[in-house]
Amino acid sequence: MFMTVREIQQGLVKKQFSSVEITRQYLQDIEQHNPLLNCYISVTADIALQQAQAADSAIAAGTNASLTGVPVAHKDLYCTDGVRTSCGSRMLDNFIAPYDATVIENFKRDGAIMLGKTNMDEFAMGSSNENSYYGVVTNPWNSERVPGGSSGGSAAAVAAGLAPAATGTDTGGSIRQPAALCGITGIKPTYGRVSRYGMVAFGSSLDQGGAFARSAEDCAILLQTMAGFDRRDSTSVDQPVPDFSSDPGQGIEGLKIGLPKEYFADGLDGDVARVIDTAIEEFRRLGANIREISLPNTGLSIPVYYVIALAECSSNLSRFDGVRFGHRCDNPVDLEDLYKRSRAEGFGEEVKRRIMLGTYALSAGYYDAYYLKAQQLRRMIKQDFERAFADIDLILGPTTPEVAFKIGAKTDDPVSMYLQDIYTISLNLAGLPGMSIPAGFVDGLPVGLQLIGNYFDEARLLNAAHCYQQVSDWHMQSPVLKS
Amino acid sequence: MTLKSEDIRNIAHLARLHLDEDTIDQYVTELSSILSLVDAMNQIDSSGVLPLANPLDATQRLRHDEVTEGNLRDKFQAIAPDVEGGLYRVPRVIE
Repeated sequence: MFMTVREIQQGLVKKQFSSVEITRQYLQDIEQHNPLLNCYISVTADIALQQAQAADSAIAAGTNASLTGVPVAHKDLYCTDGVRTSCGSRMLDNFIAPYDATVIENFKRDGAIMLGKTNMDEFAMGSSNENSYYGVVTNPWNSERVPGGSSGGSAAAVAAGLAPAATGTDTGGSIRQPAALCGITGIKPTYGRVSRYGMVAFGSSLDQGGAFARSAEDCAILLQTMAGFDRRDSTSVDQPVPDFSSDPGQGIEGLKIGLPKEYFADGLDGDVARVIDTAIEEFRRLGANIREISLPNTGLSIPVYYVIALAECSSNLSRFDGVRFGHRCDNPVDLEDLYKRSRAEGFGEEVKRRIMLGTYALSAGYYDAYYLKAQQLRRMIKQDFERAFADIDLILGPTTPEVAFKIGAKTDDPVSMYLQDIYTISLNLAGLPGMSIPAGFVDGLPVGLQLIGNYFDEARLLNAAHCYQQVSDWHMQSPVLKS
Repeated sequence: MTLKSEDIRNIAHLARLHLDEDTIDQYVTELSSILSLVDAMNQIDSSGVLPLANPLDATQRLRHDEVTEGNLRDKFQAIAPDVEGGLYRVPRVIE
């Protein structure tokens, strides 16, 4: 069912349908299409219907909140009290979260319905959703193609109409890249805007929660629920949250948009480049003042990212020891054997590769050459953006160098997989907010356009995306599903 | 940067990961190829640049040392692999 959050909100308030009715419809659609798409790891039908009944009562009593009765899917790395939170890993296949993430609490507070938990690359490590213990997710536009990752299940679910909206997380592009490859809208807010409490950690200085939906307007509604200071997350930022979802109304006349020349250089597919050029013309027609800029250290972002993300991952994932929760091997002979075999059995290949490399980068004798050096270059990448934003309001470019690739095409070559994130990861290193919005198609596969904002400037980012979506209909296209 | 089999065994031990001997060659190849990607960093002079640990240059927020959560031991231990009398059981460490 292809509805926006806004349409569902309005339909519920006008009593055109009940929350139970639309929730049932989504659950039916999931049952029909999930076997091929594999975008849900767990479908929480009983919880969803209970919540929908409560939502209908609240609407009847006039006590409804902003998302009362609206179904949402959650990436399976947000802890959900009493519901398995697998993180796409055998390690957590038996993990029933004992508490709710702050993001999940916020959705409950605002009345949203949880349809289920979505598939993902194991521990959010991947760009294709091929690294999940629960199997590959297929792209709703072409079942031989990847949906992107790591939040591939959330993106595919929204693109296929198996949820009107979904949560995701973005450590190096894990919201924006799958949003691009599945032809939907996704936002990664400023680092610290959305609480990381109860989000299973991958790279703690990079991870940020965000949302997928069918429009920028819907993303604004979701971000309103998700954002805000949280004392339980020590890196949460105590900044006022503006009203993202108020009618933007204002156009983008005179908005200064920069095009980083490094994002249009070699490596960008020619057909994707033409789609982005057409979108740039549209922004120009809307009155934006467009100029070329330079982010000279763009090429460094991949090496720097892989050192920092992997170092943080090896440290974060050391908590999975087979003692307190998660997978434990059979018949350990001693404590060391328990640790080593529980971890070897619980983690998949890509996760082990990253833990190994992160461990190496942090080991005695190599720390300065890798981790410290990467942190210095990280500052230089951030400074590139700071210099750019002194003169401009937004940055625009492609989200990915190419459209969705074939399942299996890059699995034997980790480095070529990592290069998929060339335009997205520098934002995580700098902590900046970004969006991907649909801008067209190449050979029937969606192309994403990335917009990058200044720190805590999500409102302007969302407004620019909304203005583009007022004059384009790429975001309203839907795939024809096979079942 | 090229790693050797012995490096892989050592890293796996530090990471507390059991490795099958027949996977070591593959780790040598894959980790070495990622490290050669990473070695591009060395071409850049970053002397004097302050390392950036938090993207907003924020430092850890402190709080009063007070109990803010209730006792959830039973709930947490319900998902543990092996518990007894409120304790987590592991193989004997001290003979």
